[in-house]
Amino acid sequence: MSEKPKLHYFNGRGRMESIRWLLAPAGVEFEEEFLESREWYEMLLQDGALLFQQVPMVEIDGMKMVQTRAILSYIAGKYNLYGKDLKERAWIDMYVEGVRDLMDLIRVHHKLSPQEQQKNLALIGEKAATRYFPVYEKILKDHKDDFLVGNQLTWADVQLIEAILTVEEKVPTILSEFLLLQAFKARVSSIATIKKFLQPGSQRKPPTDEKAVAFTNRIFNRR
Amino acid sequence: MSEKPRLIYFNGRGRMESVRWLLAAARVEFEEIFLDTREQYVKLIKDGSLMFQQVPLVEIDGMKMVQTRAILSYIAGKYNLYGKDLKERAFIDMYVEGITDLMHMILMFPFSPPEAKEKNLALITERATHRYFPVFEKALKQHGQDFLVGNQVSWADIQLMEVILAVEEKTPAVLLAFPQLQAFKTRMSNMPAIKKFLQPGSPRKPPPDDHYVSTVLKVLAEE
Repeated sequence: MSEKPKLHYFNGRGRMESIRWLLAPAGVEFEEEFLESREWYEMLLQDGALLFQQVPMVEIDGMKMVQTRAILSYIAGKYNLYGKDLKERAWIDMYVEGVRDLMDLIRVHHKLSPQEQQKNLALIGEKAATRYFPVYEKILKDHKDDFLVGNQLTWADVQLIEAILTVEEKVPTILSEFLLLQAFKARVSSIATIKKFLQPGSQRKPPTDEKAVAFTNRIFNRR
Repeated sequence: MSEKPRLIYFNGRGRMESVRWLLAAARVEFEEIFLDTREQYVKLIKDGSLMFQQVPLVEIDGMKMVQTRAILSYIAGKYNLYGKDLKERAFIDMYVEGITDLMHMILMFPFSPPEAKEKNLALITERATHRYFPVFEKALKQHGQDFLVGNQVSWADIQLMEVILAVEEKTPAVLLAFPQLQAFKTRMSNMPAIKKFLQPGSPRKPPPDDHYVSTVLKVLAEE
């Protein structure tokens, strides 16, 4: 009897969004339990449900998994999104790690003061355009396949499209120099399960705002 | 014809130390090239050797691998330090990610401003004692086995050993309340490959000092 994975997190993107993104193309239905209050979080802590006292936490296959990367790796491995051998996995890991560094810049954006946000926005645009997107543009150019690794959809492609769309929310013209990434974006967006995830009513969460940051600060008793 | 892996990094611990630990535990001999000057670093970038313009870089099996986690995952997978199935890998990943969060605090410590050092040191000790070490103490106590996952040595054990020693360098009595971890540390120290790595003359690097910090800042030209 296979239960649906259950995601424990805020009703917002944060670190859980990449997990929602990865479950979606795999066509995996999942449930979500949103942390609504500090008491709720403390209850999870007291139950011993959070290995390192942190969320995200995903209940899946009898495990209470924590640590975003561990969860993503497991999902990728389970649903055949991790390549066919160790070397393909190595390339997927490298590409994913690069994208995640870029995503980190965006994830902390709304925690910054308005002045810092301006600087961060410039940094996001600069890093995306000079450090990260050129790499993926070149990969697609060199092998001419539809996907980054092994000519099939993998975790790397899902992570990349999530990053592209998220950066575009902040820097709408970011793909103007990257023709192959534009084609990649169109192609991957039209995959049935991903198309569905991109439509209203899906479990994809809206962009983070100051209200969401204040809420999470309250739950975690942050300054 | 199998060449030795080649590690390109500063002559110090940093993010590369975990790679040295893992290769040593797997009894894999490796070469090292040390970055002492900005010119070397700029040349690596111009040669296209650094996918995201960053080190660590490990040349292994015909790949120029970057991103520490990707490198470590590959080595763990190749040398049978990643468990026997997807679920064991999930637990290894969770443990490694938790340990990495603690290691990150230690990694950043030498670069923190003098006025923040006392606070950061206290935080490292607090996290080790209250968030991370209790998890591994409990895991070892519950299954009564010598290693964290699957009754055989894995990446998680190597990573745990590394972080225990690193925290002890800052807080010598940190394992006082953790008898299982004390026994674990002794056991791991006696494994031939690790014993060798812990002896003088091995590739293990000393704790970071001012010279290391200034070299890193100079090479990366960070303000």
